[in-house]
Amino acid sequence: MPDTTVPAVEMRGIVKRFPGVLANDHVDLTVRTGEIHALLGENGAGKTTLMNILYGIYHPDEGEIFVKGRRVHIRSPRDAIRQGIGMVHQQFQLVPSHTVVENVVLGLPGNFFFPERAARQRLQEFAQRYGLHVDPDARIWQLSAGEQQRVEIIKALYRGADILILDEPTSMLTPREIEELMSTVRRMADEGHTVIFITHKLDEVFAVSDRVTVLRQGRVVATLETAHTDKRELARLMVGRDVLFRLEKRPVAIGPTVLEVQDLHIRSDRGVLAVRGVSFSLAAGEILGIAGVAGNGQRELVEALAGLRSVEKGRVLLSGEDITNRSPRALVQRGVCYVPGERLVGTVPNLSVAENLILKIYDQAPVCRGIFLDSQAIASHADTLIERYAVATPSRETPLKLLSGGNIQRAILARETSSKPSLLIAAHPTSGLDVGATEYIRQVLMSQREEGTAVLLVSEDLEEILQLSDRIAVMYNGEIMGILPVDRADLETIGMMMAGVHRDL
Amino acid sequence: MNALPRIRLEKRLATPRWLGVATPILSVLAALLAIAVIFRLLGVNPLVAYGRIFTGAFGSLYGLSETVTKAIPLMLAGVGLAVAFRARVYNIGAEGQLLIGATCATGVALFVPGIPDGLRLPAMFVAGALGGALWAMIPALLKARLRIDEVLTSLMTVYIASELVNHLVYGPWKGPGEWGFPYTDKFPLAAQIPRIGITRIHYPTLILALLAAVLAYILLQRTRWGFEIRVTGENPEAARYAGMNYLRTAMLVMALSGALAGIAGVGEVAGIHYRLRYPQGISPGYGFTAIIVAWLARLNPLGVILTSLLIGGLLVGGDAIQLALGLPSATVYLFNGMILFFVLGGDLFTRYRIRIEIPSRAAATPVRLEREEAL
Repeated sequence: MPDTTVPAVEMRGIVKRFPGVLANDHVDLTVRTGEIHALLGENGAGKTTLMNILYGIYHPDEGEIFVKGRRVHIRSPRDAIRQGIGMVHQQFQLVPSHTVVENVVLGLPGNFFFPERAARQRLQEFAQRYGLHVDPDARIWQLSAGEQQRVEIIKALYRGADILILDEPTSMLTPREIEELMSTVRRMADEGHTVIFITHKLDEVFAVSDRVTVLRQGRVVATLETAHTDKRELARLMVGRDVLFRLEKRPVAIGPTVLEVQDLHIRSDRGVLAVRGVSFSLAAGEILGIAGVAGNGQRELVEALAGLRSVEKGRVLLSGEDITNRSPRALVQRGVCYVPGERLVGTVPNLSVAENLILKIYDQAPVCRGIFLDSQAIASHADTLIERYAVATPSRETPLKLLSGGNIQRAILARETSSKPSLLIAAHPTSGLDVGATEYIRQVLMSQREEGTAVLLVSEDLEEILQLSDRIAVMYNGEIMGILPVDRADLETIGMMMAGVHRDL
Repeated sequence: MNALPRIRLEKRLATPRWLGVATPILSVLAALLAIAVIFRLLGVNPLVAYGRIFTGAFGSLYGLSETVTKAIPLMLAGVGLAVAFRARVYNIGAEGQLLIGATCATGVALFVPGIPDGLRLPAMFVAGALGGALWAMIPALLKARLRIDEVLTSLMTVYIASELVNHLVYGPWKGPGEWGFPYTDKFPLAAQIPRIGITRIHYPTLILALLAAVLAYILLQRTRWGFEIRVTGENPEAARYAGMNYLRTAMLVMALSGALAGIAGVGEVAGIHYRLRYPQGISPGYGFTAIIVAWLARLNPLGVILTSLLIGGLLVGGDAIQLALGLPSATVYLFNGMILFFVLGGDLFTRYRIRIEIPSRAAATPVRLEREEAL
């Protein structure tokens, strides 16, 4: 058992500057040996930067680091590993065409010819002790995100890490995989490992951590025992003001049917039927939430409705007009707006904020006259939207990629909703966003509903679905398991439908 | 203890504006430094060689006029390629499009009767532009219809164009008055582009080239087509999402770059040689060199005006040292290759910064040198 009186990690007065940003401002962090320490903060609060410093990827401009009581200089991940620190990044660093064992031993000295033999045994041991089950001979590309993450954790443990940093480890996982991860983390802590868990989700802090440190704008706001705090306090510390957990849903007169989907069949990229016989209708002033574990056909459905994927069979009617398999352009012209699940699809990172805001109206007056773009019209369009949607950007000429995730999503939403759409399709609109941005995005969706837009909301976040939707459809294996009005939907029923049980009311 | 300095690359959040200008300049300087080593190995004093190159290209009225002359085809083809590359459509076949442009102009010059003298040259330019554009449609259509990569197909069309020219000048178009050389007959006076005085600068083509650069800049920055080109090049998925027609954009930039390369070909046959000749006699690889011209300008059409003059000067200066210092004729290609290599490599520094860390033996705290370097 390691000495638990000496802190596993102590960081003192850490300062890290990037051009124009103070990412870490005299940060002090103490992580006790054997504890699960949550590092909580909004996107851009400096959590990942701080941990990248501990892992030797960045170098602090000021400050000292102590590991297990000894002052250390960590100049590279190799140094960090030598100190027993391992880190699992959000983007996995695995070789997709190699097997699990090969990835685990990659880069290690020692048995040049058959390095896997010894590794296999250790893998078995990790599987039993921590629940890290994964087929050693599977190739990485065959594994789900959750399994790949397990390989990353195994890699760190195999290199002797007893301090493990997990950077937003749940962002890619399904609810079930999150459960498994949490249990693994707890078992590792029980065995004396120290875990630093980076997150911006309050639920996760309470689900897994012993203590929590809250960062805001590069500074430590508080370090608390998790048992002695609550969601409201943490949210306030993290955002710097009170956060609404309940949105007011005003009654809205339901208008005429805007979208009607009849017996839709759609193939996935692999050529498999991903959507099989889906039918529903959606009226003006209504939010229809589509719940379900990702990968059950939601993506294909949404892409087909936006004109980005062809429909194999069935019909899509927009206000009575058959729009099946029409081009994206034709749909844009008919007022179909789409907030894609992956932000990169809907933006051009290297172009300016202003240019991104005209992505769908660049060929229409007043932005476009004849073949020429009117730079004044573009500028005033940008200024209006930046102000109305409170997009935090240094200027309208700033490349979009320099904005935070929340502000990029605000810009996308500004572009998609400012044109008074008839149908708004929003896929995972708040995924990866912090509490403040999430709250704002949800408010925008609600106000769209009040203005009479038909909103189709696809989300994996059940809380979000329940909070916003008027009706809830659950997708499983390419089919809709049933559509419930929100007042008759409860978590248990939806959970059963997500697992494949039909339920119709 | 490890006392070797560590060199690390750190990703930049933003590229400072000055770096966008400094990188190509420093890249060329680095290339020249590398070539200096080779000069040294060949037993030539690099300073003497560079002196000769500079005076050869820019040090006399003759040298200057030759530099401008060679910059004309580079500028035309380079502007077209800059636009195509911005859309991430990699047209490598400008050389072939240039040859087809030259061929079409020759056809109009020699074999189409009944065109009034004043319209002969305009007709040749139109024919050359159309020929180049249509030739570029071959890889464009293959890409659009069958999704075949345009890099390979556009390159292959160069060899086809080259053999076509060979066939014509050795066969049906061979001029009876050319003493058996693989040339066509000389163009009539109405089919010759006027020059400035005793120089070889065929100025109407030069004006076309400058105009093309300005118009291409306006096209990219100020028109909706340019917006489509830029969005398509930066993020094809976003272009599709915004309802842009990828095929139309790809065809447009292919046709445009083909037409400009074709016009360059017209200038060479009607402004320099007054006849169609064997392919290497028309163009010493202007269409390929234009790729370097476009990248060196960081795909900015206005920048192409400067870089085409610079590379044109290197071609002239390279010729000069071949004669004066007895260097092999491949020297010029060495320049081109080295410059492209360093320019593409130098691009890395606009996206990353270098940190050099020298761990000190004495102190526990490492001495850290932090530098931003363009090279």
